[in-house]
Amino acid sequence: MNGVHDMGGMDGFGKVEPEPNEPMFHAEWESRVLAMVRAMGATGAFNIDASRFYRETLPPEVYLSSSYYKKWFLGLEDMLVERGFLAADEIKAGHASVPPKPLKRGNFTVDSVERVLTRGSFTRPASAPATFAIGDRVRMKNIHPTTHTRLPRYVRGHVGVIERIHGAHVYPDTAAHEQGENPQWLYTVVFDGAELWGPDGDPTLKVSVEAFEPYLDPA
Amino acid sequence: MSEHHHDHDHDHSELSDTELRVRALETILTEKGYIDPAALDAMIQAYETKIGPHNGALVVAKAWTDPAFKEALLADGSAAVGTLGHISRTGDHLVVVENTPERHNMVVCTLCSCYPWEMLGLPPVWYKAAPYRSRAVKDPRGVLADFGFTIPNETEIRVWDSTAETRFLVLPMRPAGTEGWSEEQLAELVTRDSMIGTGLVQTPGAPS
Repeated sequence: MNGVHDMGGMDGFGKVEPEPNEPMFHAEWESRVLAMVRAMGATGAFNIDASRFYRETLPPEVYLSSSYYKKWFLGLEDMLVERGFLAADEIKAGHASVPPKPLKRGNFTVDSVERVLTRGSFTRPASAPATFAIGDRVRMKNIHPTTHTRLPRYVRGHVGVIERIHGAHVYPDTAAHEQGENPQWLYTVVFDGAELWGPDGDPTLKVSVEAFEPYLDPA
Repeated sequence: MSEHHHDHDHDHSELSDTELRVRALETILTEKGYIDPAALDAMIQAYETKIGPHNGALVVAKAWTDPAFKEALLADGSAAVGTLGHISRTGDHLVVVENTPERHNMVVCTLCSCYPWEMLGLPPVWYKAAPYRSRAVKDPRGVLADFGFTIPNETEIRVWDSTAETRFLVLPMRPAGTEGWSEEQLAELVTRDSMIGTGLVQTPGAPS
């Protein structure tokens, strides 16, 4: 979707402000939110793509004015209610009042912790050979799905070159919406700065994105 | 967390409201049996103690001292890191990119906050915030100026936008004046930002 989360190339957000000696969490609740999101993800209530989509669909003014873990929290609440794991009334009351919905991978216990600490693999067997080879020129499709996509606006319509091929990966555009992993070839596509930002851009700049095959046309 | 007692009667800031809502959600998830709060405690403790940029720094220091490891690392980051027994959580999709005098690499996630947790820990706030995510792909030299440094005008800047599950680690240039140093000594010099591409590894003794 063309949301405010798709920030590449936007102006006006000001300087980057690193915080010296930044703590891992700025308040205890941030760590609880991180852990709840990871835990509920591990139970199979949602996958990583869905969790991103629920954050992207927060109202733009909420997205832009909320801290990072606040967005995680709001997305988590929305997702659990919409998918039937919680009732809105339970959130209002602050207590459970309806029976739980069965979880695909079971409840999250102390024994489950090790599993979430090791990053999962997103590689899947390919159903067809890769269409593109390293060095091929490709044009990013000019598409504007209102659903989840990992094709940023700033590269749409632009021509780049295939630099790396990563094998077939889970396709976020379908996985986010419970439409299956639908594995697709994943490529690194590199662009000249001038192709993206015009003749006034930094002449020494090259930018790459990780692009799934359905995002690409031959150029 | 339910054991803690906080007095928010006089504090109705957004933060305290959020804190109460977060506690309520954890209560509900616990009552429904979905999660065990002790498991959340254990997970948080692991994040606080086991992951962090020290993991990435060890990988960089090894690459600086072991040419065969460096070659393997650049060819397949996950496989090479997997050969180091002390770092085991890397996953399958680590890509390591090398800084040289001709090319400076910088990593961003314009769409969210993708970051190599297993190598660098949880990302800092600035990495996840709008100023960095918006400008890194368009004006990386301006971003580097915000971090207080410049790179030569003729050096290519390569920005890697982490739009999929591949994760990028920058292999910074080894500073002069470190000949003969051990891996452990070198690892001490390697900063988190140098492995994102928003910092350089300083020559020891040089003003930073």
